[in-house]
Order: sequence, then C-alpha cells, then structure tokens
Amino acid sequence: MRLEPQEQAMLDGEQGRATQKAMQILVALGKIYGAERMLPVRSVQIAGVSYDNLGEAGLQFLTEMAQGGGKARVLTTLNPAGMDIENWQALGIPAAFAENQQRVIDTFARMGVMTTCTCTPYLVGNLPRFGEHIAWAESSAVCYANAVLGARSNREGGPSALAASLTGVTPEYGYHRDENRLPDICVRVEATLTENDQFGALGKAMGEKLRSLGKSVPYIRGIQDASLESLKSFCASLATYGGMALFHMLGITPEASSLKPPEAETNLTLAEIEAAHAALYDADEAEIDFVSLGCPHLSIAEIARIARLLEGKRVTKEFWITTARPTKQIADRLGYTAVIEAAGAKFAADACCVVAPVRGRFQAMATDSAKACYYASGKHGFKTLLKPFDEVVQEALR
Amino acid sequence: MRLKGRTIYAGTVEGAALVTRMGISFFGGVDPETGVVVERGHELEGECIAGKVLVFPSGKGSTVGSYTLYRLKHAGLAPAAIVNESCETIVAVGCIISEIPCVDQVDVGSLRTGEMVQVDGDAGVVEIAR
Repeated sequence: MRLEPQEQAMLDGEQGRATQKAMQILVALGKIYGAERMLPVRSVQIAGVSYDNLGEAGLQFLTEMAQGGGKARVLTTLNPAGMDIENWQALGIPAAFAENQQRVIDTFARMGVMTTCTCTPYLVGNLPRFGEHIAWAESSAVCYANAVLGARSNREGGPSALAASLTGVTPEYGYHRDENRLPDICVRVEATLTENDQFGALGKAMGEKLRSLGKSVPYIRGIQDASLESLKSFCASLATYGGMALFHMLGITPEASSLKPPEAETNLTLAEIEAAHAALYDADEAEIDFVSLGCPHLSIAEIARIARLLEGKRVTKEFWITTARPTKQIADRLGYTAVIEAAGAKFAADACCVVAPVRGRFQAMATDSAKACYYASGKHGFKTLLKPFDEVVQEALR
Repeated sequence: MRLKGRTIYAGTVEGAALVTRMGISFFGGVDPETGVVVERGHELEGECIAGKVLVFPSGKGSTVGSYTLYRLKHAGLAPAAIVNESCETIVAVGCIISEIPCVDQVDVGSLRTGEMVQVDGDAGVVEIAR
C-alpha cells in the first residue's frame, strides 16, 4: 500500500499511540482487501455503543484509545445506546447498566465524537453528498448511504469506523470503487408496496433470495414509489437478512439510471413477499406485552402519525418509541411528545430495542420493523408480530 | 519446516499449535471468561485456546468478535498467535487492538495440533520444529 507522508507519520507513531493503532487497523484492512491507497473521508458513523454489546473489554479498548490521545478528525456521529440517556429510569433500565452506558458515551465524547446516539445519522446532520467517501458502521445506515444517497462506504465494524475517524482516512477497496458498485442481478418486484412492514418483508425476501444465488448488488425494478421511511425500513431489512450494503432502484435511487441492468435476472412475487412477512409473525395478538416503533429511528413525520393515532387515548401495554434526540426535540416543540406521553407511551430517545438490556422482560413484541423482529427473536427470545405502522399503534391500545 | 505467509500483526512467539479446518466466531463461539471454544459441534468444542498458536482458515460471525479477542488478552486467555489461511476484518482488527501476532496466507493443512510452532509476525513466517 502506498501511504502519504502524513499517513506514514501516523503509522510511525508520531501523532500518538491511539492514532498509530488506528492507522495500523486501516493499513491491515487495506492489505487484506488489496487497497493501493487511503482515501480521505469527511463523515464517520460509529457502531458498538451499547454497553450490552461492548462489555467491559470494549469499554477498556475505547478508554485506551481516548487515553492514547485519540481525537476525531472529521464529522463523527454515534449509533444508539442501550437506553435513553436522560430518561432511562422510566424505561426500567438497571442503574448499574446506566452507569456503564454513561461511561461509554463519556469516552466517545472525550475523543470528540458527537454523541448523537442514532442509527439514522442522515436525519440529524450527518448527511454525505452523492459520491462522497465515508466510513460508516451500522448496517442499515450504510445501505441507506450507499443506495439512497449515493455516498460510498464499506460496512465498517466499531473499531475500523473509529480508526477512520481518528485518522480521517479509509482504505480504498470494496464499495469505494466503481467496479464494485455495479449491480450483479436484476430483480423485478411484482407487487405494489406502501407500508414500512411491507418494505421490510421485501428486504427479507430479497436478501435471502440473493444470498442463496450468491449475488450482492441488486438492480431493482417495479417499485413505483418509496418514501424515506419505507426506504430506511427496506435498507435495515436487506442488510439484516441478506448482508447487503448497496442496491439500485430504478426511478428511486441516484445511480440506477446511469447503470446498465445486468443480464442475470430474477423476480419476487407478492406471494414470496407475503411469505417473508408471515415468517415474522409467530405471536398471538393476546400475547403481546411490548410494542415498539422506531427501528430504524423514527422520522418526525412518523412521530406526528403516532400522536394523531394516540390523541385522547390510553395505551394498555409497554410502548417504546425510539428516535434520535434531535428528532424528539422537534416533537417536543410541536406538542407531539405531550400527546404521546399523555397516552402513556414512552419515548426512548438515543436508544434501540435491539441493543437495550430487555431480555427476559417481555414475551412478545409488536412492531412494523422486519429487522427488529430478527433481533427480538434471536437476541431477546421474544415472539414477534409484524404489522403495518398504524396497526402496531392499535396493538398498544387494545 | 518453514511456511511463508503475510504479516497481519507483528511480534514473535512460540507455542503449541491448536489446529482446526473450521472457521471461528470469537463472539459467541469462545467463552471470554475461560478461553474455551463453546460453539456447538465445532471441532475445537471444549478446547482452551489460551497460550496456543491458534490455526484456522478464517474468522466468521459478528464484528463484536474483535472485542472478544481483546477481552481474552486482558484476562490472560488469548492465543499466543493466530495463523489463518485468509484473515478477515474481525480477526485482523482483534489481533491489532489486542497485540496478538498474526500471520495469514498459510496453508493450515500443513500444521498439526500439538506440535511446537514459532510464529514470526514481523517476517510473516511460521516455523515448525520438524
């Protein structure tokens, strides 16, 4: 690999131990994946934030990097935590967990990372432009950035994203290069989809089908329209079930029209999408004791929709609304928060149901997110009920 | 016998080889409290990797596995070195942050469990005393 003098100096330890360790990580990855040089990045999103995932060892590593003088050199935002940082008591989070979670957040803050704590950085000011090289972790956001925004990122892990932040560079391989962004299969979607849960089911059906065919970058036809909310749901699901980091959607995503559709072709029928949907539905409505919306984090439009549905009513179940704190602050200003909390639902800003310590607390979860179903079932042992957004809110009222 | 590979992380150590033809997932697959492989049905299930020259084709599973290696290192339960056929992100990052010598592009089939092996991470060389 060819390093610029500044990069070599970092590798030689001239800018402190943390920067050196960061450059060692990036050089090793560059070597493994055949990169010839480093690329400057202007935006980083770091995962590995919940103390539930990191444990004491992960926190120790972060502490070592902070003590070693590590400082973010570019705009760097953070994935969700395992709790609402300001309001964790109301969510029943144990005090010991809260203390450890706060240590993680403080350590990132010491390194100059913006502790936004959201999986939708693109909704709170970390919005890369078309063609921009970035280093993001958080699989749903990587997919959104690559596909919907047309930025360029590999699927980073926690340490490699931090390394990019502390050095301002990432090795040039994978989705940074034109040839790896080309689609390798055409997928015709033979269904009209409108709701988040349907786009989530589409992501599951497509992810699993392409994986079995050994394909990784679909060129999708047949989608007439898709909102920001549907796309974030689709991205989360495609990444969770298929491991994909990029797709092109004709008429919707920016690179599609300039690319030649590949010859290999497959289709997805309504029946296949419905089967994927049904596979995430193993709970009886009577069993539901946890209702969750906000995977990925809710947009302000979605919060407005919940407020309309809950106005003057009272929920009967534990209902968590996960979103970025700045999005919740807009909701505060507009009066949505008051309406929602008066109905007994709870905001869990900064937080994520996938990484919160909730195992053993609930039996069965209702959600509109196919990704949340995957982790609720695998990680927390919950039964799941995947439904359209409005019906999920109705479940909380039933 | 001398096997030439590629440096992933530097450092020279000697230890007994523990060899598998199966991939290893450190997160969930190795108990960070004991260093014992706990993945059900794995060739190394029940074996302790502490202090061994751990030889396997490639890492797999969650990226949190890098932190598991770090945790093992701090508990004194990490392998002395790692030898891979084709090192991927999880193991590479784990070895770098934990300072475990690591060499890849080595045919793992040419090593046997129990034999003494020297890993020279700087030169990217694995030497077997036979």
